[in-house]
Amino acid sequence: MTASLQDPVLSVANLRVSIGGRTEAVRGMSLAVARGETHCMVGESGCGKSISALSVMNLLPRGIIRTADHIRFQGQDLLAMSERQMSRLRGDKISMIFQEPMTSLNPAYTIGSQMSEVLERHRRAIRRQAMDRAAELLARVGITAPGMRLGQYPHQLSGGLRQRVMIAMALMCDPELLIADEPTTALDVTVQAQILRLLQKLQQELGLALLLITHDLGVVARMAQRVSVMYAGEVVETGAVGDVFAAPTHPYTRGLLDCIPVPGKTQTGEPLGNIPGMVPRIPPGFAGCGFRDRCMSAAPECAQAVPLRDAGGDHSYLCRLPPDWTRASAA
Amino acid sequence: MSSVGIAQALPGRRRFPAFRRLATLLGVVIVGTALLVAIFAPYLTPHDPFAQDLNLRLIPPVWMEGGQPTHLLGTDQIGRDYLSRLIYGTRISMLIGVLAVITSGLIGITLGIVGGFYGGRTDDFVMFLITCRLSIPLILVALTVVALVGSSLAVVILTLGLLLWDRFAVVARTTAMQVRNLDYIAAAQAAGASRVHILVREVLPNIANHLVVVATLEMALAILLEAALSFLGLGVPPPLPSWGLMIAEAKEYMFFSPWVIMTPGVVLFVLVLGVNLLGDGLRDMLGADLER
Repeated sequence: MTASLQDPVLSVANLRVSIGGRTEAVRGMSLAVARGETHCMVGESGCGKSISALSVMNLLPRGIIRTADHIRFQGQDLLAMSERQMSRLRGDKISMIFQEPMTSLNPAYTIGSQMSEVLERHRRAIRRQAMDRAAELLARVGITAPGMRLGQYPHQLSGGLRQRVMIAMALMCDPELLIADEPTTALDVTVQAQILRLLQKLQQELGLALLLITHDLGVVARMAQRVSVMYAGEVVETGAVGDVFAAPTHPYTRGLLDCIPVPGKTQTGEPLGNIPGMVPRIPPGFAGCGFRDRCMSAAPECAQAVPLRDAGGDHSYLCRLPPDWTRASAA
Repeated sequence: MSSVGIAQALPGRRRFPAFRRLATLLGVVIVGTALLVAIFAPYLTPHDPFAQDLNLRLIPPVWMEGGQPTHLLGTDQIGRDYLSRLIYGTRISMLIGVLAVITSGLIGITLGIVGGFYGGRTDDFVMFLITCRLSIPLILVALTVVALVGSSLAVVILTLGLLLWDRFAVVARTTAMQVRNLDYIAAAQAAGASRVHILVREVLPNIANHLVVVATLEMALAILLEAALSFLGLGVPPPLPSWGLMIAEAKEYMFFSPWVIMTPGVVLFVLVLGVNLLGDGLRDMLGADLER
């Protein structure tokens, strides 16, 4: 099957992930990432962002079960793939970057040996070619003296450098899709900005499809073309990033945006918004809106199935309220 | 994940008290000497260790009354040169120690890593095997095997190798459990690494420091067990010069010629002590994270 230009690189429909039959970690998540597009998944910790990404890679820990209508990558059905086929895809066409650069490199090997291994595995490259490619990519991610870095061990590198190495390593085989799971969370603010700029530059140059997981709305505003706001295993609101930020509709999205101080808009001394409570654990058979316990606008009918509403364009959200609701009209 | 700190960044650079460094050095010297002696035994022996001379029975060591300079450590009850027999005995002890450790290491590490990494049923099975092994009395099984099969060097090595893997398995299992949740394992999976690759290339090198320590302890144990089996007459068959066998053969003469039993005893003690000191030193140097 060949994918046409318009087809998304990755398309996930109605993904459900169940942890040991006791917790529904992801409940019917759908998502599409097109070539050259950055899609951000945003939400609090425990909303099912990372676990959705791991489901796409089929790297879920034992005892966690995924089901979906389809998970397609470049037209291929990932659900039907054997473990062997999947591992041929991982690191080759689909790459992943993790949150903790301090621990995602193996302390027992040099940078060069870890990087070239990926190319040797997928492309049957010989060590010298792979090393050349690694040096080229290290230079590309802005590491000076790549030749020297190749011979160093992870403990000799700073966190920011290690994350650059991870990015370079993810690019070894020219992937089509890059999944970045909170790639900047563990880094200093200044280094965060550098890494984000780097990801953006690489994504534009290489035409990657980038699925970026973050809990930082600032990152979303800066990086994404599309955003999916996740809450308790559901995408509660999705759309082009401009639409969602200009007209946030789901109470959770509005709540998240209220938590952020906006220069020139938030007055000194004025309290920031907050969302009371924390993300609930959703048992099987749960019905209705997962956010209703924390929602300011909750009503009795929120305990029933919630409609997916269209807010114009590609912008949709999962709530009983109309697109133009206000606090006053909801109450 | 802040455990990746300076201690790990600078392996072996921490300062230890002088006596511990001295102890490690002593261990290195003892084990190194034993290795060299074992390897170059034919060039070091002043006499043929098997040559008997009934005219020269039970000559005391050179520093005692009646000692002869040609037999530095004297001779045994049938006139064989004691120093030569000790030197060849080093060969047997080291050979058994190293080969038994390799055999048991292969078994124990494989089981331990697989169990610790995969967890669940696999781990239950490995734990069951370890428990079974721990409930087997070592000496009794070794005695039975030797009694059934007959004693030879190979049988002793295999028996010990097949019985000493439990500590390898326990340590490999626990450390593999700690490593399996680290991000670089997930990163390797996300980069398309196969299962075997992850176990052998990602997990094993990161738990190797613990396993090296276990290997030294097991080696000391194997050497002692061989001596014990040989003493009981079920280890290395005579006339091979095993230290345990030397002690066994000398026990009837120890009243009037105590050196025949003391010399191999002291050498055995020194070698086992050296191996243990080396193991402690390695633990201090490699296992910076063991103490935290």
